[in-house]
Amino acid sequence: MPTVPLHRIAQARSGDKGEGSNAGILARSQTAYAFLAETLTEERVQEFLKEINQGGVTRYLAPNMLVLNFLLEDSLGGGGSASLKTDAQGKTHGIGLLRMELDVPDEVLNATPAPPT
Amino acid sequence: MKNKVLIGNGQGFWGDSILGPIRLLREGPLDYLTLDYLAEVTMSIMQKLRQRDPKAGYATDFVTLIDRVLPELLEKKVRVVANAGGVNPHACKDALLEVCRKHGAKGVRIAVVDGDDILPNLDDLIGGGEEFTNLDTGAPLADVRSRVTSANAYLGAFPIAEALNAGAQIVVTGRGTDPGLVLGPLIHEFNWGQEDWHKLAAGTVAGHIVECGAQCTGGNFTDWRSISNLSMVGYPVLEVEPSGDFCVTKHEGTGGLVSVETVTHQLAYEMGDPARYLTPDVIADFTSFRLSQEGENRVRVSDTRGLPATETYKVSMSYSDGWKSVGQLTISGPDALAKARLCAKIVWDRLAYDGCQYEPQERLEEYVGAGECHAGLPGGTSEDPPEVVLRLGVKGPDKAKVMRFGPELVPLVTSGPPGVTGFAGGRPKAQEIIGYWPALMKKQLIQPNVTVVTS
Repeated sequence: MPTVPLHRIAQARSGDKGEGSNAGILARSQTAYAFLAETLTEERVQEFLKEINQGGVTRYLAPNMLVLNFLLEDSLGGGGSASLKTDAQGKTHGIGLLRMELDVPDEVLNATPAPPT
Repeated sequence: MKNKVLIGNGQGFWGDSILGPIRLLREGPLDYLTLDYLAEVTMSIMQKLRQRDPKAGYATDFVTLIDRVLPELLEKKVRVVANAGGVNPHACKDALLEVCRKHGAKGVRIAVVDGDDILPNLDDLIGGGEEFTNLDTGAPLADVRSRVTSANAYLGAFPIAEALNAGAQIVVTGRGTDPGLVLGPLIHEFNWGQEDWHKLAAGTVAGHIVECGAQCTGGNFTDWRSISNLSMVGYPVLEVEPSGDFCVTKHEGTGGLVSVETVTHQLAYEMGDPARYLTPDVIADFTSFRLSQEGENRVRVSDTRGLPATETYKVSMSYSDGWKSVGQLTISGPDALAKARLCAKIVWDRLAYDGCQYEPQERLEEYVGAGECHAGLPGGTSEDPPEVVLRLGVKGPDKAKVMRFGPELVPLVTSGPPGVTGFAGGRPKAQEIIGYWPALMKKQLIQPNVTVVTS
């Protein structure tokens, strides 16, 4: 099974949400969505972003949009205007998550258009 | 009744480009221009401005804009809805009347929607049993009550519709929901009722898609290489039908892209539970609608479902939460990262010598260029970047201690390792931290007001 970055089969948009942020992961195909709904769990995202997010992770699904929405509870270093961090609004958390390396079956890759290079 | 209403949103936040609304008016047809100026901390900044000057406390950018486009607005009969009123919407209205006078424009109807400001009667509301428990943390308001600097309820879209029903060409509001700027005109045009849940939900989804301006037309898009002409990106235009189904598009010939993917990017922005997007008007179900590409730069959104609204308004309070100071230096290679780490140590050592020690949670060390945004992620860091921006910062309740930090940064240029530069803008200053306190309150405790005047 090929290992590819999540970016190969998904897009992302993130922003601040209270003390934390949300990272919306947009699957690039129906097949990729079904695969990610199985494999991209709260636990996996929590472990991957552990240096960025100090809190828990909650996942919501919106199958009509092929979106998996991850709420990162404590990812802004104090939140909003109390944060000293460069990325105080979590603007880069979504594309950061796209750096995750995943083992993706060929049939998912074949059914999913690749991003432009 | 029109069979289609065109609404363009030209402002995603206070600080967005003035070219957005100017070009929306210039480059294609429009019935309504909406403008979103308020972020959570904006109200507190405006409250401070008003304390210093009773005629201040609103988004002055809006008045500048109207001064530039008033003749075009009047000629094209475009109506404007903006939450530019901040904490002083009547002062904003007065400034707009002055602009009308300057242009010799008589008979322009301007409406103010307010009643959102609950700061003056906050103690009465607390005495009456409202708790204002922090929605995120569960903490009681008593923790910060004495430091609260602004308190506003997010009003819904019906008062905006009422202002439009009264013939207003320009509607200025205080704090309201962002999607309400779009939903208000739709309620007015299509006569939607307070229990038309699915239609109100559709209008809310439409408003959410356009509320951040170019973020749905190709801005901040993952596949950025596929977006052409972001310089002249088109701001979004909605074509809404009486049923609530709508199309997201942009004016012909503008840059950017409207695709199912660019629209979905914005739908996922600041999302919580997608099945329950709460506003004072409706609970919109973001898992209900269908998205389809119906043509070039045209995305159709249909069959949105909604549920009855809750009994509460969301309230946004801000409070004084201490002080912060952040500054930066650039450190060139060779050994940029190692030298930057030494610089940080030197600053903390010198401050400690002078009696200022900061707890780990009160100070920040960032090595921008070596991997801060994506710390700990594969490909997200570098051990030997050619140069690094060292960002140091402190925060805390003691202003003097926070202020002491700034002067110890620039001496590194002559008393640190070699290759330290990039210090511009003077010593970092202490800035007040504005805390954000979200809460709920019963709707019946406040009454939105609509006032209409004519120039």
